Amino acid sequence: MPFSAETHSRAKEIIARYPVGKERSALLPLLHLVQSEQGHVTPEGVAFCAEQLGITRAQVGAVATFYTMYKRRPTGDWLVSVCTNTMCGVLGGDKTFATLSEHLGVGHDETTEDGTITLEHTECLAACDYAPVITVNYEFFDNIQADKAMDLVRQLQDGKRPTPSRGAALCPLKEMSIQLAGFSDDRAEALEGGGPGEPTLAGNRLAEQHGISVAGFDPAAPIPSQADREAKK
Amino acid sequence: MTAPSKEALAQLTPVLTKRWLAPDAWTIKGYERIDGYAALRKALKVDPDDLIALVKESGLRGRGGAGFPTGMKWGFIPQNDGKPHYLVVNADEGEPGTCKDLPLMMADPHSLIEGVIIACYAIRAEQAYIYVRGEAVHAARRLRNAVGEARAAGYVGNDILGSGVNVDIVVHSGAGAYICGEETALLDSLEGYRGQPRLRPPFPATHGLYASPTVVNNVETIASVPYIVLGGAAWFRTMGTEKSPGPKIYSISGRVNNPGQYECALGITLRQLIELAGGMQPGHQLKFWTPGGSSTPMLTDEHLDAPLDFEGMQGVGTMLGTTAVQIFSDQDDVVYATYRWIEFYHHESCGKCTPCREGNYWMVQILHRILAGKGTHEDLDTLLDVCDNLLGRSFCALGDGAASPVQSSIKFFKQDYLDYIEGRRPPMLSPAELVGAH
Repeated sequence: MPFSAETHSRAKEIIARYPVGKERSALLPLLHLVQSEQGHVTPEGVAFCAEQLGITRAQVGAVATFYTMYKRRPTGDWLVSVCTNTMCGVLGGDKTFATLSEHLGVGHDETTEDGTITLEHTECLAACDYAPVITVNYEFFDNIQADKAMDLVRQLQDGKRPTPSRGAALCPLKEMSIQLAGFSDDRAEALEGGGPGEPTLAGNRLAEQHGISVAGFDPAAPIPSQADREAKK
Repeated sequence: MTAPSKEALAQLTPVLTKRWLAPDAWTIKGYERIDGYAALRKALKVDPDDLIALVKESGLRGRGGAGFPTGMKWGFIPQNDGKPHYLVVNADEGEPGTCKDLPLMMADPHSLIEGVIIACYAIRAEQAYIYVRGEAVHAARRLRNAVGEARAAGYVGNDILGSGVNVDIVVHSGAGAYICGEETALLDSLEGYRGQPRLRPPFPATHGLYASPTVVNNVETIASVPYIVLGGAAWFRTMGTEKSPGPKIYSISGRVNNPGQYECALGITLRQLIELAGGMQPGHQLKFWTPGGSSTPMLTDEHLDAPLDFEGMQGVGTMLGTTAVQIFSDQDDVVYATYRWIEFYHHESCGKCTPCREGNYWMVQILHRILAGKGTHEDLDTLLDVCDNLLGRSFCALGDGAASPVQSSIKFFKQDYLDYIEGRRPPMLSPAELVGAH
């Protein structure tokens, strides 16, 4: 049996989230789940999902190859994703990717020889107000230029776990995949994480500084009924 | 850096973002301290149809890009049809430049959960799914926690607050595919398939998730609902314009001093927004910008005073999109920016429709050739020709979106292309430098 008893029981739990007869909805989380054990989607992983859902391996394979976060080759503990979409790319992401690629001796979607770091460039990560950003196992490191990115990667290579700008403390990619499969993060402090950065709060700060709020808010404002609406007409 | 003018400051409307300054707003305790779940209690006391009417009356329009009236969408759900109804929240934020839903879900996840429960009650759905972008791990973490807290407090589950109403919520993480932000591709993905758009009609309102009546709404749309329920439609309409009412989270990024999230009344201008964001960075002159992500045709410094609302942006030949305002300056290369965006569309095209799959593939090659100093005048005609074949000729808006940066950059900055083609600007890329999405 290539997968642990725990993975089997988690698979059952995932499938139970969706309506009876609609179990196939569990496929995306199940693919995250097999990655949590094997680090990428292997032929055994495909077979496991197919068996759990009663669909064919071809059907699973078609889905697994469609989505970027399902990896087809072994991955490292740390997935370093550099945003090279336009905004981040222009503000420094392009240079960061080139620098890290040279330092690690790997290209896009490749893993270092020692198996610790997988490098990828990625599309817009929805953090453009913090551009340029990179993520490690999908946790944000904001406003990162090439020099800071190098420092970060060296720390990872030295076995350290740098602290993300926002979000929780880093955990290895396989552990993260359990969360992606829909399970809670049971580490103490993980939810707390780092607070929002200044860009998130920029508008609020300005409003606070100038004493601006929206007038006329009455939480008891009546909700008109159909009769009220007809009377108004 | 100069202080923003009075007129610009008057545009600020901290409503959806008001809790973000409270460090514990993501917990149920923090949320309840600031009006949290008061809207749910209020909503459960009225008829579901009155809630739909209220949202219609408020004029709330979808915040995910298309601007469709939310109340009307809810009203399309057939009632007493004997089928289960579903609410699906589109939290697959990924349009380049867009970064409003992630901070909302991280800082104030309960506002989304409360909106979900109210919306489910209104459309008579007992099951909601929040399809959150896979990479958005911290947002998903806090959402899952919020659902758990809400369940423990009796706001989610069976017989909510003794009302007899049942609503369950599943937070479903995606797996890295921009196309899943398109509502029918999202539904396919949620059903466990490749995320590819469906032909419409039939629309999700009648044949959505599991071929059942389904409302698909953006995060910010749903998070607006509790405020409408509390403050009323008339209050909501005190912000924004007649046709684009309400507050809107504008995300400004790029060459400004203070990039970030600015919640303002719909209809603010870029001039005012840049003032709020502390002005342009020293040494940078505004050159081109997107009003709402890379799929909305870019504008220039001629459009500083156009209102950033649905009608105002249509009036200048673009779209409001997701109010992802990306600011580029005279030091940024518009041809290169366009090339990167097209690489993005090429990478994210689901491959279903030939014009999008092939068109983006060839546009990447052509733009690369131009940037490598090997372009020809005919290349510009070919690019525009490809755009003509893309626009309106694919199942979904991804194809239309890809035409936007190409058409608009050639419209406003043809000279920049000609400078590469005619050798006045040195090549930026060598043929070997194919770093990027491919």
